[in-house]
Amino acid sequence: MSFGMKTFYNGVSFSRSDIPLLDNDTFFQGILDATAHDWRVCTYFGVPSASGATLYCVMASKSSGSLAIVATQVGRSFPSLTEACPQLHLFEREIAEQCLVRPEGHPWFKPVRFQKPLCDGQGFWSADDGAGLLPGVMDFYRVEGDEVHEVAVGPVHAGIIEPGHFRFQCHGEEVFHLEIALGFQHRGIERALIGAPSVRTMHLMETIAGDTTIGHGQAYCMNMESLGNIFAPPRAEAVRGIALELERLANHTGDLGAIAGDVGYLPTASFCGRIRGDFLNMTAMLCGSRFGRGLLRPGGIAYDCDTEIAENMLQRLQTARKELTQAISLLWITPSVMARLENTGMLNEPVAREIGLVGPAARACDLNQDVRRDHPFGIYRMSQIPVITAASGDVYARALVRWLEMERSLDFIEEQLQQLPRGGGQINRPLGVAAGKCAVALTEGWRGEICHVALTDDQGCFERYKVTDPSFHNWTGLALALRDQQISDFPLCNKSFNLSYCGFDL
Amino acid sequence: MLRAILARCRQGHRTMAYPKAPQSLPPRFRGLPHLDAARCDKACRVCAESCPYGALSANGTLSLDMGKCLFCGECSDVCGHEAISFTTDACLASRTREGLTVTSGEVYRPATALGQELLRLYGRSLKLREVSAGGCNACEADTNVLSTIGWDLGRFGIQFVASPRHADGLFVTGPVSENMRLALLDTYAAIPEPRLVIVAGACAINGGPFKDHSEVHNGADGLIPVDLYVPGCPPSPLTILDGLLRLLNHISWHDK
Repeated sequence: MSFGMKTFYNGVSFSRSDIPLLDNDTFFQGILDATAHDWRVCTYFGVPSASGATLYCVMASKSSGSLAIVATQVGRSFPSLTEACPQLHLFEREIAEQCLVRPEGHPWFKPVRFQKPLCDGQGFWSADDGAGLLPGVMDFYRVEGDEVHEVAVGPVHAGIIEPGHFRFQCHGEEVFHLEIALGFQHRGIERALIGAPSVRTMHLMETIAGDTTIGHGQAYCMNMESLGNIFAPPRAEAVRGIALELERLANHTGDLGAIAGDVGYLPTASFCGRIRGDFLNMTAMLCGSRFGRGLLRPGGIAYDCDTEIAENMLQRLQTARKELTQAISLLWITPSVMARLENTGMLNEPVAREIGLVGPAARACDLNQDVRRDHPFGIYRMSQIPVITAASGDVYARALVRWLEMERSLDFIEEQLQQLPRGGGQINRPLGVAAGKCAVALTEGWRGEICHVALTDDQGCFERYKVTDPSFHNWTGLALALRDQQISDFPLCNKSFNLSYCGFDL
Repeated sequence: MLRAILARCRQGHRTMAYPKAPQSLPPRFRGLPHLDAARCDKACRVCAESCPYGALSANGTLSLDMGKCLFCGECSDVCGHEAISFTTDACLASRTREGLTVTSGEVYRPATALGQELLRLYGRSLKLREVSAGGCNACEADTNVLSTIGWDLGRFGIQFVASPRHADGLFVTGPVSENMRLALLDTYAAIPEPRLVIVAGACAINGGPFKDHSEVHNGADGLIPVDLYVPGCPPSPLTILDGLLRLLNHISWHDK
């Protein structure tokens, strides 16, 4: 399955001239062949050119542990592969919106973020007078019939959460179809990254999705380090790993509490709400910020984990583990909770594979994939972390996978704290950025695979910096999980995925 | 059932005492900046030049606009004269935009209470509608935390409600993306008067990390009248709580 693609390992950079520029037929057929076998698409994006765009596709193969990249040049249109390869469907829409090239034959050709294109010109969905579209205003899929009704929710929701618009096609309580329109959080991050890096770049990376500061920050640091041809010191990698697992623990704890709250089981909801804060405070102990702001920087870490902090954290972890185990185990022994979690929001393995699901949501559908093991980076090259899967693909499976992952994360952090490598945490010399290079970094954030691709120009500035949050893969999964479900189960299904709006909207 | 009761006993009562007793923050927390221009080399502007968002000015004296500050600590790292440090004081909110500026040699005065009439209306019951307008989910998450048992915002009569029609005020996070501008203004208009507006986080005050992107509006300030500014990226839950309590006169301005 090579069709001339450039293969490499996670976290490296190579000359852009090494990226095979294939003719259209080889490129598109090659992607179809590869995804029919062992390869998954990590990201698929365009760089606008005068006559159209250059398309880049980054794929990952679990069996070989390698990544691959291929490119092709297209004019004002290119053939859509979505019907044969559904995991591309949002990527193709994104390419159309950003680069103004049309995926011919796309079955679901609609805006993604209601954003301005990255090049000059008028978008496909702009009004005739040239005005941009209003966010959320598009042709939604509709089910017709006297007994069918439509429920519209958002962008402003009832709780303190980010905005998005949801359209349910319902028959009574039953949901036939859910369509999700996002883009309300669009802040122009990818546009701002053209011409970077600058002093602001790290701050943008940390706020792509604020609850995934470490996950995205780590990917950016990996790219900057490979472009600068340096390695972060071992101690820095260990502390980054600790921070990444703390981030996972905090978010999984919060979500399991929220799931308990959504089924009306208040003990676990209130315990977890507090314990989540304990994990955030451990991150704050490391770097002053509960979300890990300022901890990571290209070349290492800005705050060291000294002996005092390590010992304090070990103690806190022990308490948190005890209290958390108690809080979560109540879920599994309470029949009224289990009755709501089991068989709700089902996704099966073939569908999950087809739409390219990632992270705990994928592992809950029995897809055994995790960047930390399959494409190890940083500390995970030295210390393995077991991958957890479950088979049933329902809310219960997603909750269970998250809990079992948390136990592994706790083990991992405890182990790392007891064997922190000696030495400094930061390389103290200015970081250069190599010109004409391509760098690719994958990390496993708490929602799943994060992919950053940097393409530098001949000055060492980003000609394009592509960010793919796990939510970009997974929102479709939530929409499909809602089919044939009660509309009242939407909050529960939603929490079990807890996807990022701003990570998607960029 | 018994296990749940047992767990409840073991988990114990965990609501913090604040504001009756101080709430401790980790030593590395970056709160109220301490500026000491007397230590400066007057020709040196390295701190001001290091700030990615222009929060710091060093023209003879030192002043820092917390509305622009992400509390990244870069300025204190590069200062060779120990003129800038960040304390663990989290009482940062202000009633005015200018009030967010910290100047060397001057005592920072956090937010004052509402006027008598508004205090009569909202002093014991304040319902807020939150709108995230381009927020990265950090401000949102640390606002949500206030409703958990550790912080228990409800004990002060403050609650986040599901509809603007039930609300006395608007709580805004995020730089106000163009794609959320209309929804934000509609939500504001749907709240009955008199209504309060609280903006939390560097984004909602001034655009934060996304300042001057053409896709955002550099915050809610200027789009709607603001009654309370809560700085930080994101603000600590303690900063938000402290600001709300000062607004409602539970803490007076000289209490620290």
